[in-house]
Amino acid sequence: MSASSRTGDASNKVTGRGPYYGEYGGRFVAETLVPALVELERAYEDLASSEAFQSEWRSMLADYVGRPTALYRADRLARAIDPSGDKLAELWLKREDLCHTGAHKINNALGQVLLAKKLGKTRIIAETGAGQHGVATATACAMMDLPCEVYMGELDVARQAPNVARMNMLGARVIPVTAGSRTLKDAMNEALRDWVTNVRTTHYCVGSAAGPHPYPAIVADFQRVIGDEAREQLAQKIGALPDAVVACVGGGSNAIGMFRAFIDEDVHLYGVEAAGEGVESAKHAATLTAGRVGVLHGSRTMVLADDDGQILEAHSVSAGLDYPGVGPEHAALKRSGRATYLTATDEDALEATRQVAHTEGILVALETAHAFARLADIAEREHARLGRSAVVALCLSGRGDKDLSTLLERLAP
Amino acid sequence: MTVERLTQLFAERRRDGRTVLVVYLCVGDPSVEDSRACALAALEAGADALELGVPYSDPTADGPVIAAASYRAIQNGGSMKSALDVARAVRASSDAPIVLFGYYNPIMAHGDDVLPADAAAAGVDALLIVDLPPEEGRSLRDAAEAARLAVVPLLAPTSDADRERAVLARASGFVYYVSMTGVTGAGHAPLEEAGRSATRLRVRAGLPVVVGFGIDSPQKARAVADQGVDGVVVGTAIVRAMAEQETTPERVRAVGDLVRSLRLALDAS
Ligand SMILES: Cc1ncc(COP(=O)(O)O)c(C=O)c1O
Repeated sequence: MSASSRTGDASNKVTGRGPYYGEYGGRFVAETLVPALVELERAYEDLASSEAFQSEWRSMLADYVGRPTALYRADRLARAIDPSGDKLAELWLKREDLCHTGAHKINNALGQVLLAKKLGKTRIIAETGAGQHGVATATACAMMDLPCEVYMGELDVARQAPNVARMNMLGARVIPVTAGSRTLKDAMNEALRDWVTNVRTTHYCVGSAAGPHPYPAIVADFQRVIGDEAREQLAQKIGALPDAVVACVGGGSNAIGMFRAFIDEDVHLYGVEAAGEGVESAKHAATLTAGRVGVLHGSRTMVLADDDGQILEAHSVSAGLDYPGVGPEHAALKRSGRATYLTATDEDALEATRQVAHTEGILVALETAHAFARLADIAEREHARLGRSAVVALCLSGRGDKDLSTLLERLAP
Repeated sequence: MTVERLTQLFAERRRDGRTVLVVYLCVGDPSVEDSRACALAALEAGADALELGVPYSDPTADGPVIAAASYRAIQNGGSMKSALDVARAVRASSDAPIVLFGYYNPIMAHGDDVLPADAAAAGVDALLIVDLPPEEGRSLRDAAEAARLAVVPLLAPTSDADRERAVLARASGFVYYVSMTGVTGAGHAPLEEAGRSATRLRVRAGLPVVVGFGIDSPQKARAVADQGVDGVVVGTAIVRAMAEQETTPERVRAVGDLVRSLRLALDAS
């Protein structure tokens, strides 16, 4: 299964950390912010690649986050999805839910806050949807002694209340955003306004692989530890690459972190977006599937927008996927055909949450549940592609404690 | 006319020792008709040029006043198309320069390569795109050049020599100096300092320089003008004055009054 004949040709490859991924990416921001982005880019290139920085960050990941996270073979779930095993031979879960703070977001938050500290920044701001990135940033700031303010849409403040309480307990200030759809997009708008005002002292800790260059590159680098570990663990456990890897896609950070390690191999990459009430319903967040090319939050990418270029409100039961944009590298991977993007509705995700809990004893985040919801379909596709039963690795991006109130409301136990 | 209309205005005003007054309106707030009427009222009351704001759903460089105006405007028919309609209506009766002001996504939606010609045909002289640094938007810039439209560059207090060089490389018309690190309408702008920076920049740029962000009263306009800048932009104060009124005639009167007081302050010797 290792080396292959089906590796994508060079033009399919999305490489490098230049401002652009194919035609996507770039740096579409107010001129006031450009020097800060240039400074960040340089600092990242000089500092973050240095031995000293890497070892400091790596030791935080090991001793504080608990990395490497487990890679778990979920046999009961695999058999629940495909009883005969004809299509889904093995399902491996990369357990980012076991990270300190409960999601992959901490990998990036620690990296960026450490970088900000080295840059001499004295204040950190962040946006958050599900609250996981907010909690991760608040955690990193507590640990590295920096003040932290987190912008969060009012709707998300209500539906992810446990994470708001956690941020407060960690000493961060949560600022509810009442504009627009009162979700992640609006939180990011407010964070950008704060940053343009306080740019000299403040680092904006972006939580996903989105935003202006160099953020998508930085976040992907800090998250690629997910896929690198999974690949190594699989090599040890089964001596082979998986046939496919799967992750949910909001801005796309856990997905790109998972994909990076496999992008040059014969491994199929699947991202799953939130279809909300259905892609036809106009109440969804399936940007790659149903969006158009546009510019949002500093990068040229796929967006949900109307004919006048106004950004549309996204809809998803999961706050972390409720975003009308997506990281530019995913737009490029979709365009080149290197990755496949599917969707799962709110109902699909809720049902998947229940199934994973009942078969494996793992309560997953609603974001992650979207990836689980497409497993049967992915097994089907892989079986058709390979002519045999597939080995699939899924990024279990976070745990679901934060979603209990939504689950209690929407799922009869 | 296009770029020349701007060049001519700035040259004339400098010769006369007067400061150019640029007035910003958010097209569609509270209606496209109000925007048209208030634009004409502003020109009649002494504004030299207009910035017609194309409302955008996610105006990250704007403070709460203009952000709220943009939201209202979109609800009430504000768009690229209606902004061009207002430009056309103004151009029918006025020769004042018109700058189309906005964010990049509505321009992309209209079509990068066709917008400049459409804008020029509607009487627009320049484009000012808040989130389009000089490294981006090449096809738009090419099309603008072909349509003889200026693409007005922005510089900020954070801009260093490298950025200044990059921004000025393809500049025409005038340079917009953002008075502070912040969003429109913020109260903390160090305006006299901004005016001095802008005046020094003017020499390096070889182009007229206007200062905007945070100029919301005749006194502040005057304080900036006294530093020797070519022009000042007043936006949030106009939007706020309109929002405080109930009817179109009241809004027209309020804009006229505010612009007259700004003009008076700028022209007093
Ligand atoms: C557990 C979890 N998974 C996934 C996401 C989506 O973000 P991304 O696409 O950047 O991984 C979030 C965002 O809040 C999250 O909390």
